[in-house]
Amino acid sequence: MDDFNSETDSDYTSYWRDWFISSRGNEYFCEIDEEYLTDRFNLTGLNTEVQYYQYALDLVTDVFDLDCDDEMREQIEKSARHLYGLVHARYIVTTRGLAKMLEKFKKADFGKCPRVMCDAQPLLPMGQSDVANTSPVKLYCAKCEDLYNPKSSRHSTIDGAYFGTSFHNILFQVYPAMLPPKTQKRYEPRVFGFRVHAAAALNRWQAEQREQMKERLRQARIETGFEEEDEELESEEEMEDDIEVGEDGFEIGATAPQ
Amino acid sequence: MSSSSNVAESWISSFCGLLGHEYFAEVSEDFIEDDFNLTGLQSQVPMYKEALEMILDVEPEEDDDEEDEEEEDDDDDEVLGDEKPTGYRRAGDRRHLRMASDLSVIESSAELLYGLIHQRYITSRPGIQQMAEKYELQHFGTCPRVFCNSCKVLPVGCNDTPGQETVKLFCPCCLDVYTPPNSRFQAVDGAFFGTTFGCLFFMTFPELEIGAPRASSSGAADALLAIQSATAESKSRSSSATNSTVMPTVQPALINGTAPHNLAPGLGPGNIYEPRIYGFRVSERAKSGPRMKWLRMRPVDLTELDETRRYWEERGGDEESGPVKREQDEDANMMDAVVDGRMAVDRRKKLIGRRLRTNGSGGIGAVGSGNGNGNGGGSPMDTNGVPGVG
Ligand SMILES: [Zn+2]
Ligand SMILES: [Zn+2]
Repeated sequence: MDDFNSETDSDYTSYWRDWFISSRGNEYFCEIDEEYLTDRFNLTGLNTEVQYYQYALDLVTDVFDLDCDDEMREQIEKSARHLYGLVHARYIVTTRGLAKMLEKFKKADFGKCPRVMCDAQPLLPMGQSDVANTSPVKLYCAKCEDLYNPKSSRHSTIDGAYFGTSFHNILFQVYPAMLPPKTQKRYEPRVFGFRVHAAAALNRWQAEQREQMKERLRQARIETGFEEEDEELESEEEMEDDIEVGEDGFEIGATAPQ
Repeated sequence: MSSSSNVAESWISSFCGLLGHEYFAEVSEDFIEDDFNLTGLQSQVPMYKEALEMILDVEPEEDDDEEDEEEEDDDDDEVLGDEKPTGYRRAGDRRHLRMASDLSVIESSAELLYGLIHQRYITSRPGIQQMAEKYELQHFGTCPRVFCNSCKVLPVGCNDTPGQETVKLFCPCCLDVYTPPNSRFQAVDGAFFGTTFGCLFFMTFPELEIGAPRASSSGAADALLAIQSATAESKSRSSSATNSTVMPTVQPALINGTAPHNLAPGLGPGNIYEPRIYGFRVSERAKSGPRMKWLRMRPVDLTELDETRRYWEERGGDEESGPVKREQDEDANMMDAVVDGRMAVDRRKKLIGRRLRTNGSGGIGAVGSGNGNGNGGGSPMDTNGVPGVG
């Protein structure tokens, strides 16, 4: 209990949090500052969310000294992890929290986008809900603006609320330079070099939506954010080298004569 | 693997049993022994004959040097693959004594040759059937995209030439390609699966229910609701294997040969991520605002894709109409261009295409005629707002 009042003590060692963030499966979490954790204001409302709240908080801040049986200890341990997660969601949208998560993002600690056209863009963890126990953590790609499941099952059980629905969007608002350029490159399904008609029709429809959006942005004098004109040529080169017939827009399923 | 009937220690089954080779089908010896299927491969593979012999477990001489690597095969042993090479006849010069130094070269040639044959095999009737069994058993994994709801994926190449790119996974739910989650597949050449297989597969089995389409009608409502219901559904999905497909309106039986509920069911309203900060949508006009929704859009009413086609058919060669018009013209020129056939490769592909077509194993010549997507003035597109964009 000795350190409880000296929260800014700099040589303080955070045993529990050290252990927690270095545990296998907890790679997505950053370490919450001591000061943040011990400022009651930051924990407003969490006492009703977490069982054995005070014990859990003591454990997280390394001042736990209750003598209890293993079962109780296990319960408190569980509560401490939950508490840490809930505080984490608040912490990572603070200036210091954002900075820490940005460093992890730059190291690709959260993995890379599995989408081929995103070219290994680093991901950010996010939740689809801010309410605990609603859905597991997902990964957000800022290049394709889509959500992906973590590769490893040890991550797919983490509560998404520990990251929340806003954090990843706030990060790019605060650090717009980290926004990757968007790409129009895409996979074009082909059969024997021919575009597949239904898919190609959908692709064209989507491209039309995209052009409409670009036009809206242009009229509002807003940058579109796409990498410089990567229209047809470059993207085509990516996908095929020798199939010229396909490039002319012939499509399987589109032609009657057989 | 899939059929479990194969010879235990054949080169082919041991190759397919290697770690990282889980995506491969076991090419039948019948297929390999048909010279027609190997057309053109001789020039692409060094030590072609030796490689072919290795694949078919043909001993060059009666000295039985154990040439296959059987370590990781767990299976029982019934060896009957020795008197095979009846159908395989070539000029008599194939009896080379294999030098030890040659073996590794032959081995890698055999892998290349097998891969190239495999690319063709899986677009043949028996091959695609075998891959269908593997697909059903989820041997290729599922789409990592959240809104695709663990849709089963297929291995594909983004290139038909070996040595260019590794194997990727094609998701029929979002029509996109992904890197396999396990790095062991990053040593597998994408050309061994090829660019054709992915789509040909779903054209061949149009009745396959791909993915887990969710009620797209909900998408017109608040995206948050959609996300919440999506979450709820994904939670309940684990308990109930079946799910119902709800179509918003009466849908045509086929859109250009594809059943509407099978055309990218993972896209469209309700399946597009809507960025929010504290519950408020991030505006498209923000610097960090959404720019990629189009990639995951899909018209709620799929006749929209068809109507545009009909629109252009009716109007025929109409006045100035932008890029779409151009595309249509090129369509009209198709036969000429193909006859011109600028590249031999194209011709070969075309031939293969024809052969498959006549075999009936391709199912390529789907319904529909003409194409083009209206975007000129007064096209049907104008009346159809962009769903989900605020
Ligand atoms: Zn991405
Ligand atoms: Zn998908």
